[in-house]
Amino acid sequence: MKKFLKKLYKYRVYLLMLSPAVIYTLVFAYYPMTGIVMAFKKYNYAGGIWGSPWNGFENFKFFFKSGQAAMVTRNTVLYNILFIVCGTVVQVAVAVFLTEIHNKWFRKISQSMMFLPYFISWVIVGVMAFNLFSSDYGFINRIITALGGEKVPFYTTPQSWPFILLFFNIWKGVGYGSVMYLAAIMGVDTSIYEAAAIDGANVFQRIFKVTIPSIMPTMVILFLMSIGGIFRGNFDMFYNLVGNNGLLFEYTDVIDTLAMRALISSNNFGMSAAIGLFQSVLCFITVLLANKLVSMYDKDYTLF
Amino acid sequence: MAKTNNHLGKVKVGKDVILLHSIAYAFCGLIAVLCLVPFIMVFSGSFSSESAIAANGFSIFPQEFTLEAYKNVFREPIVIFRAYGTTIVLTIVGMIVGLLIQTMTAYVLARKDFEWRNVFAFFFYFTTLFNGGLVPTFVLYTQTLKLKDNYLALLLPLMFSVYNLLIMKSYILGIPDSLVDAAKIDGCGEVRTLFQVVMPLIKPALAAVGLFIALAYWNDWYNAMLYINSEEKYPLQYFLYQKVNNIEAYKKLISTGTVSSSAVSAISMPTQTLKMALTIVVTGPIILAFPIAQKYFVQGITIGAVKG
Repeated sequence: MKKFLKKLYKYRVYLLMLSPAVIYTLVFAYYPMTGIVMAFKKYNYAGGIWGSPWNGFENFKFFFKSGQAAMVTRNTVLYNILFIVCGTVVQVAVAVFLTEIHNKWFRKISQSMMFLPYFISWVIVGVMAFNLFSSDYGFINRIITALGGEKVPFYTTPQSWPFILLFFNIWKGVGYGSVMYLAAIMGVDTSIYEAAAIDGANVFQRIFKVTIPSIMPTMVILFLMSIGGIFRGNFDMFYNLVGNNGLLFEYTDVIDTLAMRALISSNNFGMSAAIGLFQSVLCFITVLLANKLVSMYDKDYTLF
Repeated sequence: MAKTNNHLGKVKVGKDVILLHSIAYAFCGLIAVLCLVPFIMVFSGSFSSESAIAANGFSIFPQEFTLEAYKNVFREPIVIFRAYGTTIVLTIVGMIVGLLIQTMTAYVLARKDFEWRNVFAFFFYFTTLFNGGLVPTFVLYTQTLKLKDNYLALLLPLMFSVYNLLIMKSYILGIPDSLVDAAKIDGCGEVRTLFQVVMPLIKPALAAVGLFIALAYWNDWYNAMLYINSEEKYPLQYFLYQKVNNIEAYKKLISTGTVSSSAVSAISMPTQTLKMALTIVVTGPIILAFPIAQKYFVQGITIGAVKG
C-alpha cells in the first residue's frame, strides 16, 4: 500500500495530465455500459434507468419474434461484406494504377478529385444521391429516357438500393482508402522491381507477382480490422440516403437504423436498448476474433 | 503524395507498358470523374432556374443561369449565419480542447518511465471493443446530464477519440527519448517538456489529428438530431438536413393535394435549386480548405496505417 502511495506521488504529474481523458472516458464510455440493464427493463421516464420495472427478456422477444432481428442482421452483414470486398478491390486498383502513372499533374489532380467525397457530410451525399436517382429530377433517369428507356422509380424500388448504396460507399471511401495502399506500395523495395525486370517480367507480371504480394500484409490487416465491424451498420449513410422510406426497408434496414427508429420514432427505449446490446455483444465477439486473427497473421498489429 | 517511380524508367517501353498505361489512365480518370460529377451537378443546379430543373432534371451544366436560389438562401441571412457561427465556434473550441486532451494523454502513454502506461492504455482501448450503445448514451446526455438542447451535447461527443489518441501516441513514440530526457535534465517539468520540446516535434500529427477533429465537428448532424430541438441552435449540417427534408415534405403535401399548389406555386418557390444553393453554401469552406487539408490528411492516414 505504501509502495502504491509512493508511486501515486511519483506519477502525480502524469496522472494529472491523464485525468481529463480518464474522466471523459469514465463518464461517456464506461458509465453508459451500466445502462445496458435497460434492455431488460420496461423503461419509463419517471423511473429512469434504475427505477423502471424489470421485464426479463420481453424486449428481446419482441425484437426477435417480429422477424426484424433476422432481417436487419442479414442486411447489416451482407452490406458490410459487399462494402469491404468491393471497396478493397477498387482502392487497391486505384493505388496500383496511380503509381504506374508518370504524369505528375494527372496523378495529383485525379487523386485530389477522388479524395473530395471524403470531406463532405453524408447529409450532402444524400442530396447528391437524390440529384442522380430521383424519378422526376434525377440525372440517371434523364439519361435512361434520352436513350428511349422507361423511368426507373429508384426511391420505390428496393432492389436497386444495394447498388446505389455500394456506389456511394465506394465513392466516399476510395480516396481515403487508396492512400493506405499507396503508402504500402511506396514502401516496396525497388530492387525487387529491378530484379523482376532483369528476369524479363512484363508490367502485368510485375504487378501481380511483386506489387500485390508486397502489399498483401496491409490488405490482410485492413481486411481483418473491417471484419471486426461487420455487425455495425454505417448509420450516417443509411439514414441520409434512405431516410424513413419504409418502402425500401426490406433491402436497406440495418441494425443501427432500426435501433434509432425504435428510440426516436416509437420511443421504445427498452427495445432499442435490447437491439443495441445484441449488436454490442456481436461486435465484441467479432472484434476479439478479428484481433486474434490479426495477431496470428502479424503480431505487430494487434491492439492489445 | 506519390513519388516518381524510378523503377519504371528502367523498363523498356513495350506493348505491355502501353497497354497498362492506357488502362491506368482510363481507370483513374473514370473514377476521378465519377467522384467529381455529383459536386458539379450540385454546383450547376444551384445556378439553374427552377423551371428548367423541373422540366429537364439535373445536369452537368447550369440551365438558364440565375442567382435566384442564392437570393433565396440569403433572404433571411441571420438564419444561415447563425448556423455558420454555431458550427465555426464548435469546430474551433472542439479542435483546441480535443487536441490538448489527446496530446497530453498520448504523451503520458508514450512515456516509458510510467509503469502504469499499459493499464491506462487498455482502459482507453477497451472502449473501442465494447460500448453501451445508443440508448444508454442518449439517456446519459438527456436525463442524467440534462444536456438536451444544450451546445455541450454537440461539443462533448466528438472531443476525444481513441483512434486519434493512437495516431498521436505512435507519432510521439517516434521522438527519440534522449530529447525528452535532456529536457528533463535541464530542469524542464513534464508540462514544459510537453509544450516546449515535444509539441514542436509533432506538428504533422497535430495538424492531422486537428483536422480529423475539425472535420468531424464540421460534418456533424447526428448529435444535433439527437439532442437539439431549437432551430436557432442548429449547426450547419443539421440546418441543411432539416431544410432538405422540409422541402421534400412540403413537396409531398402539394402532390397529395393537402396544400393546393396554386396557393404557392411549386414553380415560383425554388425548392430543388434552393437545396443545391444551400448545399454549396454549407460545403464551400471545406472545398476551399481542401487543398491545404488534403496534405495533412494523407500524412495522418499514413501514420495510422503504419501502426494501426
